[in-house]
Amino acid sequence: MWEIGGRQFSSRLLLGTAGYPSPEALRDSIRRSGAEIVTVSLRRQSGAEGGRFWEIIRSCGVSVLPNTAGCRSAEEAILTARLARELFGTSWIKLETVGDEYTLQPDPFALVEAARVLCNEGFEVFPYMTEDPVVAERLIAAGCRILMPWGSPIGSGRGILNAAALRTLRIRYPGIRLLVDAGIGAPSHAARAMELGFDGVLLNTAVSKSRDPESMAEAFALAVRAGRAGYEAGLLEPRDFARPSTPVIGTPFWHVGAPS
Amino acid sequence: MKLFINGQGREICGIRTLEDLLARLGYEGSHFAVAVNRACVHRHEFGETVLAEGDAIEILSPMQGG
Repeated sequence: MWEIGGRQFSSRLLLGTAGYPSPEALRDSIRRSGAEIVTVSLRRQSGAEGGRFWEIIRSCGVSVLPNTAGCRSAEEAILTARLARELFGTSWIKLETVGDEYTLQPDPFALVEAARVLCNEGFEVFPYMTEDPVVAERLIAAGCRILMPWGSPIGSGRGILNAAALRTLRIRYPGIRLLVDAGIGAPSHAARAMELGFDGVLLNTAVSKSRDPESMAEAFALAVRAGRAGYEAGLLEPRDFARPSTPVIGTPFWHVGAPS
Repeated sequence: MKLFINGQGREICGIRTLEDLLARLGYEGSHFAVAVNRACVHRHEFGETVLAEGDAIEILSPMQGG
């Protein structure tokens, strides 16, 4: 079990709910992933359509993490967060403030400003950020207990592009919950994030756009558990030289000098 | 009166409050949240939120998201 946002969970895999081929695929992927937290959004809809997606999510019995996806200013993100709290009955918010249309990376200035306002209003902010340690420091100063740096741009499937920076965040902030969010493309990427000591992984596209989302969801569940188990067991430090694993003493047919 | 509902201008007659508007538009239950002029309106305030000409109303529902 682990704690995040004041609550205890078993799974360290958080799953996004966008882009699945069918509602059934979404529901079954959530189940096969073992995820206990899923991300959702708020969008304009007609009165007749609004309930179906929400009923599916409710039937899964998971906790929701609403996002402010698409918001391009602190004002928009703050309003969306307040609406999300009203709609979903949670103070959790995945805070996103788009700063670049190509990379979809956050505007760090709007991100920190919105985080400060929302933390002051009692929100539990899950800020989506790059790996910038200065932004991390500002977000923590604003009241964040959780940071969610990217592995690589949303939906890119590039995995972890700057492991050194993520490792620095882990070393620098042992008491902050760290989740890799965005860019995860393969189960090995998720395992890598966990091996770095991160507390969890949030991903969406790698599962929803897989040929077999349900099976991919299970693959990611296994990868997250494997990575975490490896981290807790103690990973071998990489080195440039070889060291034999088999004992040298007693090696047969070993002569000092040439044989006579 | 003319209102902007989810970005679209519409002429709506015979309504006074936000609660009236939501009923007219067919919103039932609790699976939506509302902002009027970029301010969140709490559910218990729907009946006392009086709408005016040109008000911008956003009615948002749960949707897929990453």
